[in-house]
Parts: sequence; C-alpha cells; structure tokens
Amino acid sequence: MKHLTQAYRALANRHGMGAALFVAIAVTLWVVVFITLPQLSMLDYSFRFNLPADQIGTEADHYTLENFHSFFFNADGSLNRLDLVILGRTLLAAAIVTFIDVIICYPIAYILAHGAKGVAARLMVIGLVIPYWINEILRAFAFRVLFGATGVVNTVGMQMGLWDVPVDFIRADVALYFGLSYAYILLMIFPMYNAIEALDHTQVEAARDMGAPLWRVHWRVVLPIAKPGIVSGATMVFMLTAGALAAPQILGGPSNLWFTQVIYQWFNESSNWPRGSAYAVVLLLTCISFVLLMMRVFKVSVGEIGK
Amino acid sequence: MSRAVVFGGAYAIAFFSFLFGPLIIMVITAFNSSKFPRVVPWECFTTGWFAELFGNARLMDGLLNSVIIGAGVVALSVPIGLAGALALSELPSKLRATLYTVLILPILIPGVVLGISTIVLWGQMSRGLGGAVQAGIYNGYFLTIVGQITFVSAYAMLVFIARLQRFDATQTEAALDLGATPGQAFRKILLPFMAPAIGSAAFITLLASFENYNTTVFTVLSESTFTTALASKVRHGTDPSLSALAVIIITITLVGALTNEAVQRRKEAELGGKASRSPLYANPVTRALTHPGVVFAILVAIVATVSYIGSKHDSSVCEAAILQDKLDRQAELRAAQKAKIEAQEAEQGITVPKPEGGFGGAFGGLGGAAPATPAPKPQGGFGGAFGGIAPPAPSE
Repeated sequence: MKHLTQAYRALANRHGMGAALFVAIAVTLWVVVFITLPQLSMLDYSFRFNLPADQIGTEADHYTLENFHSFFFNADGSLNRLDLVILGRTLLAAAIVTFIDVIICYPIAYILAHGAKGVAARLMVIGLVIPYWINEILRAFAFRVLFGATGVVNTVGMQMGLWDVPVDFIRADVALYFGLSYAYILLMIFPMYNAIEALDHTQVEAARDMGAPLWRVHWRVVLPIAKPGIVSGATMVFMLTAGALAAPQILGGPSNLWFTQVIYQWFNESSNWPRGSAYAVVLLLTCISFVLLMMRVFKVSVGEIGK
Repeated sequence: MSRAVVFGGAYAIAFFSFLFGPLIIMVITAFNSSKFPRVVPWECFTTGWFAELFGNARLMDGLLNSVIIGAGVVALSVPIGLAGALALSELPSKLRATLYTVLILPILIPGVVLGISTIVLWGQMSRGLGGAVQAGIYNGYFLTIVGQITFVSAYAMLVFIARLQRFDATQTEAALDLGATPGQAFRKILLPFMAPAIGSAAFITLLASFENYNTTVFTVLSESTFTTALASKVRHGTDPSLSALAVIIITITLVGALTNEAVQRRKEAELGGKASRSPLYANPVTRALTHPGVVFAILVAIVATVSYIGSKHDSSVCEAAILQDKLDRQAELRAAQKAKIEAQEAEQGITVPKPEGGFGGAFGGLGGAAPATPAPKPQGGFGGAFGGIAPPAPSE
C-alpha cells in the first residue's frame, strides 16, 4: 500500500493530478472489476446448485462440492473417466501442438534474426503477419477445405496412388492438429525472434571458427539466449491451444471433444451454469499449474511473457 | 557455410508454403462454382459466391454488431491500456512484476473462462439490481464489451509499454523546469509522443475485438457478432461464400501491407538523406507515383476495376452445362440400374417374391438379391435415390 501511494505521488508530480487520477481509477477498475471480480464470481458460482431463478437466495441455495465431485466421480462412485480423459487428452494435445510449434518456428526465428537481411527480412515479417490477420474461423475453415473428403490433400494423395479411399482426416484429428499448430505460429515466432536477436552474431561465428558443428552452436550458444523467448511463446501457445474453442468445433472429429467444448455444452446446451463454471475453474487451474510447473522446470519467470 | 544458407532458404520456402498454401487454396475455391469449397473437380469460374456472401443477412447483421462492439472496446481499452503502462512505469520493480503478471494474465487465461466469468458476474449483479438496470447490463453488447476489455486492454498495454521504453524522461523534466505544470507536460510532451502508439493500439484492439470468438460466443448471448455468425455458418455446413470472404479480407490486408511498405520506404529514404540522390525521388513523376497516398489509390483502383469486371462475369451458361451433364450422367446410371434389375428379375423368374412396392425403385437391387445370384453393388442401388437432383423414388 505504501508503495502504491508513493507511485501515485510520483505520477502526480510528473504528469499532474488529472493524469494520476486517471491512471489510478483505470487500473483499479481493470484489476478489480474486470479481472478479479469475475473470476471470484465464477468460483463462487461453481460451488452452487443449478437452481431455477425463483429458488435463488432461498434455503436450497447453499454451497456444495457437488459440481466438482461429479467432475471426478460418476453418480455410482466410480471415476468419471469421460471428462477426465477429455481433459487429459486436451492438455496432451496442447502440449504436442506447442512442441511442434517450437520445432518448426525456431529455424525461422533464427533465420529472421541472423540470416535474412533488408527486403527479404521485411518480406518475411509481412508474410508472417498476413495469415494472422485473417479471422481465426476462416483459418480453421481453410484447413477444412484442405483436408475434407474431396479436399486437395485427398485428391492429390489418391492421384499419386498413396491411398485409394478418401482418408477421413477430420475424424482422425489430423486437420485439428494442423489447424492448431498453424493458428498460433506468430505468437511463437516473435518472442523467440526478440530473444535470438539479442544474441551477438559474432558469438555464433566464433563458435563456428572453433570448429563446433552447427547443432552444437545452436545447442550451446543460441538456445540458452533463446530460452526465455521460447518459454514465453510456448506458454502463450499452450494456453491458447488448451483454451481454443473455434478450431476444435470446426476441425475436431465428432467423437473427440476438446475440454472447452464440454464446458460450452454445459452452458449452452444443458444450461447448467454452475457445472460449467466448475469445469471452467478446473480448466483454469490445471492450465495455470501446468504452465507454472513448466516455468519452474525451465527456470523462467512470468515477467518474461509478452516481451 | 553455403550449405547452411541453402538449407535455411529451403526451410523458409517450405515454412511459408505451409503458411500460405491453405490460404491460396481457399482463395481458389472462392471462384469454383462447385457447391462444396474445393479445387478439383473444377466446374466453372464464377463470382457468384461474393453475391451470396453479401446476401447473407445474419453475417451482415453480425458485422454491424461487431462494429458497435469494436467501437466500444477501442474507446475503453486504449485508455485503460495506457493507464496500465503508465502505472507500471512508476512502480518499484517488485510491485511492478506483480502488477505486470496480473495485467498480462487475461491474455493467457482461456477465452472461454473469461467469457463465463463475465456473464456469471454481471448476471448476478443485474439480478440483484433488477428492472431497467438489468436490461441495460444484461445484454449481449454490454457483456461483450466488458468481457473483451479484460484482455484486449492488455494488448493495448503491451503496445504502450514498448513505446514508453523509448521515451526520454528528461524531456518532461525540461518542460517542468521551464515552468510547465505537470498536466501541461503530460498533454504537450508525453501524449504527442504516444500518439503513434495510440493509433496502433486502437488498430490492434479493434482487430482483436473483431476476431474474438472464445469469449464473445458466451457473452454475446442471443445476439451474434460477425465472428460468431461466421463460426455457426462453418459448423453447419460450409459453402464457398466463406472463401469469398477470405478473398476480401486477404485483399484488404495486402493493400494495407503494400501501402505500409510504401510509407516505410519513403520514410527510410527521407531519413537516410538519399531522397535527393535517388533517381526515383529526383524525378517528379516517379516521386509522385511512389507517394504512399498514390500507391494506395492505385491499388484501390485496381481492386475496384477487378471487382467491377468480376461482377459482370456470368457463369450461368457454364453452370447450366455442368448441371445438364450431371443429369445426363444420372439418367445413364438409372438406365443401367434398371437394366440390371430387369436382368436379375428375369434370371430369378417369379420364385423370389418382389420386395414391398414402396422401395421398389431405389432398393430393388438390394431387396431382390437372392442368395444364389451375386448381389449387385450397393453403390449402384443407392445411386438413383441419393443422387441429389434425381426425382424422388416412386411410391405406391
């Protein structure tokens, strides 16, 4: 609190009373009303029963663990494999997508930072940004066109004689993995690029002169510098992939649900908001703990994200 | 070293093919008259999907809603983001790290969670207040704006932080020393310095608001924005009018990118002092031609001409031919089918009872398959009934 008033006074001294008041009010509003209260409200809701409007506030309206209990266990006490498996599979798939993105983006980030010059570099940046400007839904749609039963991949594959019956890439989730890896490439490349750009290129040359093979130069010289960028990008990609809704709805196979789709169903199809809230809380907590765990493993702080 | 360069170049080409391949294919499908978006078989070159797109009332309503919501989000999240960046610049480092984590968190939290928490909070609040306030709060516009601000402000803040890092604080101090009040210094020094960042923050927040699906699909309630309308269209059957939409967006993006490139080049040339030396800028004609405004005008003119010519293109003759072709093929299949059934019936004589009359036409091939005779291909049997354009199977 003391620091806050100090900062407020510093702001007022430098930018004037009006600016300081504006900053204080806007940031408080943001942190309290827009960020904290909704989350608390959702948490509160997740511990309630799904009651009709006229029973809210009556005696029937008290806290319960029912929603969380039914996430973990079925009514007969056995494990709720259905939902647990979906959550586990979502996290695993998100981790795989993140890993793929790290692998395919690293060389591009390196080339962009140390290989490409002038026009080529600028063209590359434009080329990276343009696909990102196109609506998320349309990007998913493009993959549906590509991987459909009469899509280009099937037609070409069949004409080359690789397979002779159209492969159902949608059901096999191939289209989904491609679509998700594609969707957040930019968020992986730019943090990586920012980190790698800080590396003095003479260091790479020195390592080469000393006779280090290319892989070793990357492993020992470039990667340690790139690490914060990789973790920052990986965190964003992982969280966005695990929380993706549009791509799984459009590209996902009918039998493989994404966890966000389960939440969506509780809200929009079953109208069971408390249950949906509980599932959202579960998703949020699992994702955050997973990311924090990874950050602990790779020894990077949250402050690196978004830079 | 050259091997590394070759490898790098090849990798870059492969990477950008992955990036652009799906988009290019989508663009091509926008001009194929086939009902399902695909490249092969190519039927007719058509521009009809654009008309179909603009005729889609739900998408167009959604577009209007998106503009309203986007305006609200920009108006609120840009000041909030600026406030966040300014607050971070004054805090001691430990507190700054904490606040930064809190403010950046909404970008990382799944959009679904943000949407849910928003409707839950404001739903409870409006229930408590009731009456006119409830109607004012608990509607798709308000909830979506509030829900989106939460994370869109963080994007704006990142833009402002980047700009603030380059701010020379001694300028403000000089102004204060020269007798300006802090408020004057803020308005006359800092805000003008931030102006370009305010522009790009407004642009990014508008785009983020427009594109958002995960949060909006919950908060928009019974209304729909452009993106949610688009998503429900994609989920319930696709047609190439969506590809047409992609063509429009890609065109706008390309025009924007090229104009921006012209601006950057000009700025660079002028800053580098090359302006007078470069032949391009010495000659008044080429100098005018490379002006960003002119470049933009030329691009717009090209797009306008192409769309005008496109709108005059009539593919109905070709489409009719394709349709006729399909009908012919269908008739052929049906005739073959009929011959097959007749042959079968003749072979089996009258010992095999005829299947029920209602299914006779379509399922005759299946129903009549006696154990002794080889069963005709089921695909052939369904051909007549499910051909799509064929008349319904006769029923008694």
